[in-house]
Amino acid sequence: MTIIEARGLTKRYKSKSGPVHALDGLDLSVPRGTVKALLGPNGAGKTTTVKVLTTLTRPDEGSATIAGIDVLADPRATRRVIGVSGQYAAVDENLTGFENLDMIGRLYHLGRAESQRRARELVDMFDLTAAGDRPVKGFSGGMRRRIDLAGALVTNPEVLFLDEPTTGLDPRSRLSLWGIITDLVKEGTTVLLTTQYLEEADQLADDISVIDGGRVIAEGTSDQLKEQVGGHRVVVSLMTSDAREEAVRILTRYGDGEPVVSSDGRTVDVGVTNGPQSLQSVLADLEASGIELHDAGMRRPTLDDVFLRLTGRSTEVNAGDPDETAGPSGTKPKKPKKPKRSKEKAA
Amino acid sequence: MTAVIAPGSPRVAPATGVASWFSDGWAVTKRNLIKIKRSPDMLIFAVLQPIMFVLLFSQVYGGAIAVKGTDYTQFLMAGIFAQTVVFGATFSGSAMANDLKNGIIDRFRTLPMSSSAVLIGRTNSDLVLNGISMVIMMATGFAVGWRVNGTPLEFLAGVGLLLLFSYAFSWVMALLGMSVKSPETINNASFMILFPLTFVSNAFVPSDTLPTALRIFAEWNPVSSLVQTARELFGNEGSTPTPDVWTQQHSLATVLIGIAVMLVVFVPWCIRRYESISSR
Repeated sequence: MTIIEARGLTKRYKSKSGPVHALDGLDLSVPRGTVKALLGPNGAGKTTTVKVLTTLTRPDEGSATIAGIDVLADPRATRRVIGVSGQYAAVDENLTGFENLDMIGRLYHLGRAESQRRARELVDMFDLTAAGDRPVKGFSGGMRRRIDLAGALVTNPEVLFLDEPTTGLDPRSRLSLWGIITDLVKEGTTVLLTTQYLEEADQLADDISVIDGGRVIAEGTSDQLKEQVGGHRVVVSLMTSDAREEAVRILTRYGDGEPVVSSDGRTVDVGVTNGPQSLQSVLADLEASGIELHDAGMRRPTLDDVFLRLTGRSTEVNAGDPDETAGPSGTKPKKPKKPKRSKEKAA
Repeated sequence: MTAVIAPGSPRVAPATGVASWFSDGWAVTKRNLIKIKRSPDMLIFAVLQPIMFVLLFSQVYGGAIAVKGTDYTQFLMAGIFAQTVVFGATFSGSAMANDLKNGIIDRFRTLPMSSSAVLIGRTNSDLVLNGISMVIMMATGFAVGWRVNGTPLEFLAGVGLLLLFSYAFSWVMALLGMSVKSPETINNASFMILFPLTFVSNAFVPSDTLPTALRIFAEWNPVSSLVQTARELFGNEGSTPTPDVWTQQHSLATVLIGIAVMLVVFVPWCIRRYESISSR
């Protein structure tokens, strides 16, 4: 059963260089009790989508319902069934963790006693008992995110919106937050989260919508998206980058699409249909051409490959700087890309 | 970390009626007051600035500026009060701009609360801050020889009028705060407006001493009417003749009209603006 439904969301902003389409006909559908990840670089429209669905921004066109409530017609009723947490919907630094949660409870009209009980309960559940009565100002990044998330859970909402919940967190805090989100979903909460991290979408989401230019450009489970790119990728690392062009020619011969060259020019990879056979052929041709290899192998595609394939840009290149536009796939990106590649050694 | 959602998880009551409007406003006011309590720098500024102004003006200019029928300190105090409450109201603007930037407004706007509550909480708590400033200023004034010559009722009316004016002006500044791109802008912009507004008035000198153009501005300046009314209510006007301009002859009516206009125009405008703002 669908609990979040959005149709044809359009939002334009005026800017000096003309109107900017923050959303350009975005459709979204999230079944109850599942986790949907909106994946895309900065400026893709993820945050605007969340803002429309959480009643913060009105779209120019389109419609949205949450739990059967028309978000645009009845924002007040919508706010009763949602919880929002993320980089923008923040907590007050001068208030203690407890005071923040109590205030939110009061603003949900829980009543004094119930609001305080729930605030204390959440502080304890989120392992903030010791720090709960200190101003949030002195909290670590991970503690801040936890109190922020707790703020979204004061009334145990049916639908939870998390806008980049772990951006800027250290790996340990990230894992801890992932654990909390996983537990919530087990108990039946529907989650819509935005992220720039492929790993996060991979870990948490039942379903991923890849967003670029204000619309959904691909949708499916992590595995479905990876299949779109091809079953395997053949990767070769060259001893010297001089042999790059010849290696690209050979990989093009056996690959499904354009080979991708790493920024240092020494690693080339390409999607293939029949992994082992293609690898053997590639290796034979490389040997015949006298190209020396540092390493070679096959790997499963990552969501990064999916994104690169769909948009012609790598997420990691774009993640830090919305204005940066990297070249088309296969050319040298402006910033070095750091792919984590586990290679199976060829025999 | 198990069972994040407790068995007896709370249910949200529908937010309707005056009761929820009142409790929402109080919840936000309380939050702002806690903030004042926790930021000593803010409180120190609110206390020291009026002390500084009272001492500076009464001691530095007191000997140089002559006022007919009374001494400068008596004449000055109503002006200092008016200047301080007008400047104090700008805090509503910078605080709204800060809350917007920090994402707190976004949090509030995703809660099923009354849409005027954040603004009511803001202007309420700034009224409290302004009240504290007033008490400090009066104490300082008494210490340097200021005396009230009106009746206790007139004195209270004067204080009430000054605070009411600052409350209404808070709404004007709150709208500005929601319209600027950054909190820094509001601080710079408000000084550009408030210095002329408070200095080109009868707050620090009798307006008849000013060059013609400035004198006309000062006589029609609502701050002058506020100062004139407060001065009369405190019995500090001395024998300086009241300028023969309607806004000065009927200064109380002018101030009340000014306050009413500010509230009628800016309260609904602020609420409408609030309902559509977001951090980015």
